Amino acid sequence: MTAGGWLEIGALLAVLTALTPLLGGYIDRVFRGDRVLLARVLGPAERRLIGLVAGREPAGQDWKQYATSTLIFSAVCFLALYVILRTQSIHPLNPQGFRSPPWDLAFNTAASFVSNTSWQFYGGETTLSDFSQMAGITVHSFLSAAVGLAVAIAIVRGFANRSGKLLGNFWVDLIRGLLYVLLPLAVVGSLFLVSQGSIQTLAGDLHISTLVGGDQTLALGPVASEKAINVLSSDGGGFYAVNSAMPFEDPTGLTNLLEALMTVLIPAALTSTYGRMVGNRRQGWALYGVMAVMLLGAMAVAYPSESLPSPAMHAAAVNGVNMEGKEQRFAVAGSTLMAVTGTASGDGTTSAALDSFTGLGGSIPMADMMTGEVIFGGVGSGLFGMLLMVLLAVFIAGLMVGRTPEYLGKRIEATEIKLVTLGAIVVPLIVLFMTAWAISTRYGLRSIFNAGPQGFSETLYAYTSQANNNGSAFAGYVGFVQPHAPGNAGATGVTFADLAGGGAMLFGRFVPMLLALAVAGSLSGKRTIVSGAGTMRTDTVIFAALLIATISIVALLTFVPALMLGPLVQALTGRLF
Amino acid sequence: MILGQLRSSVVAVVVLTVLLGLGYPLAITGVSQVLWSHQANGSTVQRDGRTVGSSLIGQDFGGNPAYFQTRPSASGYDPANTAASNLGPNSKRLSDEILARLRVYLRREQPYDAGLTAADVPADAVTASGSGVDPDISVADARIQARRVAAIRHLPLGTVLRLVSEHTNSSVAGLLGPAAIDVLAVNLALDGLGAR
Repeated sequence: MTAGGWLEIGALLAVLTALTPLLGGYIDRVFRGDRVLLARVLGPAERRLIGLVAGREPAGQDWKQYATSTLIFSAVCFLALYVILRTQSIHPLNPQGFRSPPWDLAFNTAASFVSNTSWQFYGGETTLSDFSQMAGITVHSFLSAAVGLAVAIAIVRGFANRSGKLLGNFWVDLIRGLLYVLLPLAVVGSLFLVSQGSIQTLAGDLHISTLVGGDQTLALGPVASEKAINVLSSDGGGFYAVNSAMPFEDPTGLTNLLEALMTVLIPAALTSTYGRMVGNRRQGWALYGVMAVMLLGAMAVAYPSESLPSPAMHAAAVNGVNMEGKEQRFAVAGSTLMAVTGTASGDGTTSAALDSFTGLGGSIPMADMMTGEVIFGGVGSGLFGMLLMVLLAVFIAGLMVGRTPEYLGKRIEATEIKLVTLGAIVVPLIVLFMTAWAISTRYGLRSIFNAGPQGFSETLYAYTSQANNNGSAFAGYVGFVQPHAPGNAGATGVTFADLAGGGAMLFGRFVPMLLALAVAGSLSGKRTIVSGAGTMRTDTVIFAALLIATISIVALLTFVPALMLGPLVQALTGRLF
Repeated sequence: MILGQLRSSVVAVVVLTVLLGLGYPLAITGVSQVLWSHQANGSTVQRDGRTVGSSLIGQDFGGNPAYFQTRPSASGYDPANTAASNLGPNSKRLSDEILARLRVYLRREQPYDAGLTAADVPADAVTASGSGVDPDISVADARIQARRVAAIRHLPLGTVLRLVSEHTNSSVAGLLGPAAIDVLAVNLALDGLGAR
């Protein structure tokens, strides 16, 4: 550990805290329908797009109508991406002449990007054409994030509504979010990345002869435009198999910090948007505080853990920090920071190989995801996931003091609590069930790369990441096997992992989303009670602490037994496997 | 209502795919090629008019003792098929690989630095990078390798160390990430010395 490393972490939190109210206020104005500055340029495009998609006067929707639009749109997105991938060989902009990926990989990948996950069983530079990267991956990073954003805004409207059941119009929210929030940030982000060394070209491969006369092929492509939206959208996919460890995706320590910041930027800002929408900014700050403290807590365990040699290094009598799978320009601080922000947010971008993290260091990204992706979480999904946890905390506190639980002046009743409880258990159930299935079958075990407890960790990580829509990986775990990779020619991969993972991603995305929309529908228009001396305040430090405890206890009770079998056993032993 | 939503969805996906999948990346490509064409095309490095690599991508110097060596790679230094080893922290195989790399390293450097022991070897020199094409090495590794390079090239150690520090990158005055030595740049500079 170095002082510089902690300074870097502090810098990220300081910048994030400063940007949260600025961007949060802006997002609030965008979705209120105020005329923001960018509307001067994009206003005509916005009106034309909305007219084209939703008609001249889009009507307000209740939660069921909003949910219907969301599901139908996502289904069409899924089909579009699946078809683009399966017909890759006939599209233009395929300088390397890649074949179309097989159906099981295309299913997994389409599910992955439509559910805002970005789990990748393929290596981009060996599998996807420039066309697929642009019209497929890049587009659905935008769209899935815009869906999450729109749904979160609709849910908050439900929490805030004092009368009526209308949550807004999905199409208007979708297009406003794309044009005024995601697109401008992506343009600025990608141009900055290029200026720092990230590449942006359609030239295809560049074959060179190295200094000592060897051959090297530089796989070039439209990387920066995809990377920028990948880190902003909580999609987190990589143009290359190793994601941001590849210098073309993340050239310097500065870009690494910036990318880490971008993964948490919109989810953090949404807490402020939330506070404004419900008319009490302190409510937003309370959520932000919970997220920031939990992020710092994760760093406080992961950073020291990675600053020690792994048992494998120790056995070879090598000292120093755990550099296996890490890049020199980031070393431990930058690599760990990206791992923690990438998993605390729903993004999943990494700039190091998490599979080679130490036992304790590697359990942190897993624990981040096991909270249900509420420590910032995904764009939109982080906020509504957190709101479900808030209701749970309010309910538990209400039980403890024997009072009817209420939040924002609204009574939390049986309907809401049933939905919230279902939301809290459905994703963990998927994770544990899929993990158990995968490790108890021959076809499930075929995906495992490492021997010993790490093999279990890889499996647990895979289904935790996919069901929680994160997308990072202990990347030894294989599904589809690269056809172009040396020694793998003709291999077909593990269909089970592709399908089970794809299913986990779709259920993990849309079931909690529907439950949260239903909660919002139930709360919308509920009579508010005037707060009095007996009202439990939810914008205080005490409530924030209670919320942290609730999130941690739910995650621990669910997952500690599984964690004990994998990463924690490795943290406790020096044995090699 | 369902049919109406379906129509809206199809229109939205088609229009937005054109806008975000072609319009946006092509516009960024256009602007990048004009403003930052060096970076946008891979920060390539030329010698005698021939491209010999990218300043961002590590390459294999094949153990040639006149050159600084890059970090170990799990992908054979292939930037078109990037990979880390993905071996776990308690992996026997990883431990064996680290031990083998350590032996190679000591065999290469000890003749020029008799006092060098395993305990002196920095971690980055015997561990595989995250991308397989890490272009950089640590200051500690460069200091050790400098003795060999200086001896083989019959150069004063000070000259080699000066070149090393000239090609040390530190992001934002070293605050974001440790000092990292661009191996290809140092090696090109060394060859440039010989030509003078």
